[in-house]
Amino acid sequence: MSRKNIRALVVSGNGTNCEVEMAHACRVGGADDVDIVHFSQLLQGEKSLLDYDFLNLPGGFLDGDDLGSAKAHAIRLRYARTAHGESLFDHILTFIQQGKIILGICNGFQLLAKLGLVPALNGAYGTQATTLTFNDSGTFEDRWAYLTVKEKSPCIFTRGLSSLYLPVRHGEGKFIPGDAAVLQELQDKNLVVAQYTDRSCEKAVMDYPLNPNGSVEAIAGICDETGRVFGMMPHPEAYLHYTNHPRWTREPVPEEGMGVAIFRNAVEYLKKNL
Amino acid sequence: MAHRIEVGFKSAIRDALGEKVRKRIKDDLNMAVAAVRTIEVYTVDMDLGSDELTALAAGPFSDPVIQEYLIDRPLAREFDWLIEVGLRPGVTDNVGRTAREALALLLNRSPSIDEKVYASRQYLICGDLDRAGAEHIAKDLLANELIQHFEIFSRAAFDYERGVPAKAPRVRESAALTVEEIDLNDSAEELMRISRERLLALSLSEMKVLQAYFAREDVRAQRQQVGLGARATDVELEALAQTWSEHCKHKIFNAAIEYADERGQQTVINSLFDTYIRGATRKVRSKLGDRDWCVSVFTDNAGIISWDDHHNLVFKVETHNSPSALDPYGGALTGIVGVNRDPLGTGKGSRLIFNTDVFCFATPFYEEPLPPRILHPRRIYEGVREGVEHGGNKSGIPTVNGSIVFDDRFLGKPLVYCGTAGIMPREILGAPSHTKEVRPGDLIVMTGGRIGKDGIHGATFSSEELHEGSPVTAVQIGDPITQKRMIDFLLTARDRGLYRCITDNGAGGLSSSVGEMAQHSNGCELDLKAAPLKYAGLQPWEILLSEAQERMTLAVPPKEREEFMTLAQNMGVEATVLGHFIDSGYFHILYDGKTVACLDMQFLHAGLPRMQLLAVWKPPRHRDPECADPVDSTPLLKKLLARPNICSKEAVVRQYDHEVQGGSVIKPLSGIANDGPSDAAVLRPVLDSLQGVVVSHGICPRYSDLDTYHMVACAIDEALRNFLCVGGSLEGIAGLDNFCWCDPLPSEKNPDAEYKLAQLVRANMALYDYATAYMVPLISGKDSMKNDYIIGALKISIPPTVLFSIIGRIDDVRKAVTMDAKSVGDPVYVLGETRDELGGSEYFSLYNSIGAQVPAVDAKKALKLYRSLGKAMSRGLVRSCHDCSDGGLGVALAETAFSGGLGMTVDLKKVPAAKISRNDFLLFSESQSRFVVTVAPDDRKDFERCLKGNIFAEIGIVEKDPQFRITGLNDTIVIEAGIFDLKESWQKTLRF
Repeated sequence: MSRKNIRALVVSGNGTNCEVEMAHACRVGGADDVDIVHFSQLLQGEKSLLDYDFLNLPGGFLDGDDLGSAKAHAIRLRYARTAHGESLFDHILTFIQQGKIILGICNGFQLLAKLGLVPALNGAYGTQATTLTFNDSGTFEDRWAYLTVKEKSPCIFTRGLSSLYLPVRHGEGKFIPGDAAVLQELQDKNLVVAQYTDRSCEKAVMDYPLNPNGSVEAIAGICDETGRVFGMMPHPEAYLHYTNHPRWTREPVPEEGMGVAIFRNAVEYLKKNL
Repeated sequence: MAHRIEVGFKSAIRDALGEKVRKRIKDDLNMAVAAVRTIEVYTVDMDLGSDELTALAAGPFSDPVIQEYLIDRPLAREFDWLIEVGLRPGVTDNVGRTAREALALLLNRSPSIDEKVYASRQYLICGDLDRAGAEHIAKDLLANELIQHFEIFSRAAFDYERGVPAKAPRVRESAALTVEEIDLNDSAEELMRISRERLLALSLSEMKVLQAYFAREDVRAQRQQVGLGARATDVELEALAQTWSEHCKHKIFNAAIEYADERGQQTVINSLFDTYIRGATRKVRSKLGDRDWCVSVFTDNAGIISWDDHHNLVFKVETHNSPSALDPYGGALTGIVGVNRDPLGTGKGSRLIFNTDVFCFATPFYEEPLPPRILHPRRIYEGVREGVEHGGNKSGIPTVNGSIVFDDRFLGKPLVYCGTAGIMPREILGAPSHTKEVRPGDLIVMTGGRIGKDGIHGATFSSEELHEGSPVTAVQIGDPITQKRMIDFLLTARDRGLYRCITDNGAGGLSSSVGEMAQHSNGCELDLKAAPLKYAGLQPWEILLSEAQERMTLAVPPKEREEFMTLAQNMGVEATVLGHFIDSGYFHILYDGKTVACLDMQFLHAGLPRMQLLAVWKPPRHRDPECADPVDSTPLLKKLLARPNICSKEAVVRQYDHEVQGGSVIKPLSGIANDGPSDAAVLRPVLDSLQGVVVSHGICPRYSDLDTYHMVACAIDEALRNFLCVGGSLEGIAGLDNFCWCDPLPSEKNPDAEYKLAQLVRANMALYDYATAYMVPLISGKDSMKNDYIIGALKISIPPTVLFSIIGRIDDVRKAVTMDAKSVGDPVYVLGETRDELGGSEYFSLYNSIGAQVPAVDAKKALKLYRSLGKAMSRGLVRSCHDCSDGGLGVALAETAFSGGLGMTVDLKKVPAAKISRNDFLLFSESQSRFVVTVAPDDRKDFERCLKGNIFAEIGIVEKDPQFRITGLNDTIVIEAGIFDLKESWQKTLRF
């Protein structure tokens, strides 16, 4: 079955701040209808998640990251009910069951991890198994990072990609699995989608600043077992045009930014599978 | 009763914050401790059952993967000293506010005004310290006692069963609500006592104008009608003092000044602002004629210029010096979120697209004993840096351009310049967006944060020097998330046409915002009782004057009231109707229906008499230092590269998000290793367009020691050079001037006021001369006139400082240029003439000398060069372009080479120069209007053709071998060093 119109939703509000470029990325990636919807519109029932195919959780500082990154918003999403009395969290679970896709970048990844929507091992959506916490440096940093992408991963967003070069802009990007068993399972199931690396983009590295935050196993992004829910700290929506590249004035850089592929993959997946 | 929930990292988890504190104890306080760990404490001031507390602790307050918690029992186990730091009552507690919101959601309850959550933090220190050492850490690193309190426990004295007792820092105000009446019909001494004790910061002649007003028959009659007596109320006095403050009224810039130059020639200037600043813009605009790109200047919260067929650009730069001196973090944070509200409150409101930040500090390596009330410059540096980080990053606005200037005279008051630009559609719902209108009958609505005692007297406080009695209430903490929610809401309301007018609440609070908006309708009626408060117990005048952050004031047409209020509620933003605008001609304030102030609008806004001042210019004389031209200048170059004013600021830049919003084109860092010093920023505010915004600045306070005229000329030239370096277009450009001065008003404490005023006059003359010569209209600016510190016999005054910021465009961002050398074999050019102008240079500072000759700018020659360079750039003939400023040619060449990861060979004999016979002067003179440019070998001819008729020369070549080699006038090598070696000198100073 295939459908023509792909509808992307970018949820904003309570401190998100990458919604405009994320919506732009969805358009550049080929989504037909792209809406930036304020969280309150979902709550009021003016808009429904279930009317969309592609949920984008953009970067930012939800609630100022005051209780730890994305923590307060995770509670809000978990417990909030719409004006029609429906649970927003149930909507998200239904959305996943319907075969739709979710992308969380930076603060959005932190939100997915704390809601337990990634990695959701063995389908345990809602159980937190991993987290993202303060960078080893103790500081927020904006710097570009090389990533090696696992081609065997089920992640539908990174199909055909083996490496990426994207900016990280966070203070709480250190990935920590709940325990060794979780890490093992992530690796066995190829759910570790992206890892920090060096310019050769071959193997994961732990050295600062290549690994900008001290993430365990240099993990930069993970997905769920369906490959349809994906969270990553680096920002693909910040590299859509070649002039975003930090060295575009001195190196040959392709016209299209590397981040576009993630969004195009998302749209193509939906076109084929919905 | 209050409960404590303590949350800490599990023992196997690294505590990055604790480690950072340990490092700062070592670096900042020069003390060694073995380890620091942290515990977050939530004091929940509510009656909750243990199930509820557990749900809170396990839910929103802790992360099950890495943290553990205890309720009403201490987590702390191993430590030598435990220091707990919390906020004082009434200080904005962002973490506590978020915790309370999460609690309300989780437990499904609406807490009362007194039911709050308070956040504090414990630092568990292991190390060989005595109590004095622990106190030193608490006072001089962890807590600022103006806004925070701390408790210290030794291992032996700590109660491991009960821990620190739960104590909620509630604001307890028992004072009854009163409106005081003040008799102004009194002696001069009495009037000055009133001004001083009430922190009104009004002079005797100003107090006498008030006295005369309240004595007027017609005023008395009118007051009687609204139920007021003959005496002024405290609400009225405070409103008048704020409206008439230097901060709000710019009395010095509007004064009548008699200026005598060095020959005794007298000039009378009626308003520096009107003559030189507004005058310059008038002249530029009239010369531009049909091409005039100014849309709104000097009338609104920020200046507006046209951007493309559909959008206008808005830009404003502010300073937040006085609060940053007392609390650098809070001062800088409110500085940045405060200036955000200016473009937001300009016209119908704009979407914010970037921030800029420029700081002036004393050296972070300051070793002398600190005078009272002065924080160590390193603490100021780190606090200000963090404040701007939180303010900018959390608001989702990229911080794209800035600098840090060091001079020990900034010890008494640091300068914190924060700028914000916005973009707005030219038309909203078919009407122009850049104008302001209020109609009688429109509702006065306040949105955003609540009102507390924070920031009371900010406007009058910053109109004085820092003294012993400087009020601590002037210090406040910003709340970027409350503001972000409000911005999301207001831009939605704007696009739906739900309000008619908007302005921000900054200095002077409601008194200022409503007072200014009421000028459009000619009057207002506002009831302070309706205002939402953070806590009970504020006096009416405090509600009116509070500068509590994150608030905007709007005029809402009555028919839009319901939709406006509903949208606010849905988007989680508090909005309150406080009254309405009328056309009575009066600023009428009530409390619970009873009049507490009623002032003639005309008197309030135009009743202030113009100041009469004298300015006398006597040029200072300084001599060049006695120093030999060294045979080998390599060590000098390394020393200069390492100087705080020149060295890399990467550690600060990286902590600011400079790419959010996705339009980054030229970042603050450039080059092969992403770490070279960019001259200016370029970004695309509209992602499907290739037109870019360019922003740059110039600042050079050292030249003020010789002549503020040239200081300003150089600042403008530097800003323009930086702007041109990245490819900015001279068409569509605009400038902003931000003056920070030392007090130029005569008094016993200030014997050289006439000289300082003359410095101000000369600075304004240069502003006019160069803005008109370069055709840069001035669209906005600000002045901060009291940057002095006086306690006891000690007085520290800043060097007069002007920050000149430029905003403009590049038509096609793909033509932008960075400063790093690109390819082996590229010829290296210097554009412009090098002269014997080392006065105020970084080079002479090495010899603790000012020097005789300040750099002067020849605008006519420079503009010709700038146009030629622009032509070469638009034809793609320039591979790299870097401004020559602090440290001169030597530093600019070295930065170009090492940022490109390439070597360079240069011959000083080829440098176009006037009357210089020394290598060191050629290398380090700070003559203006010069660039270092590299060009592809094949483009050499075309480039030279573009530059024909200007002073320029090919002086060297980019090399593969990573060596930096300069041959001197006598054909011997005067500088030879590896580029990585030079880069290390440049990077090491502020790498902390």
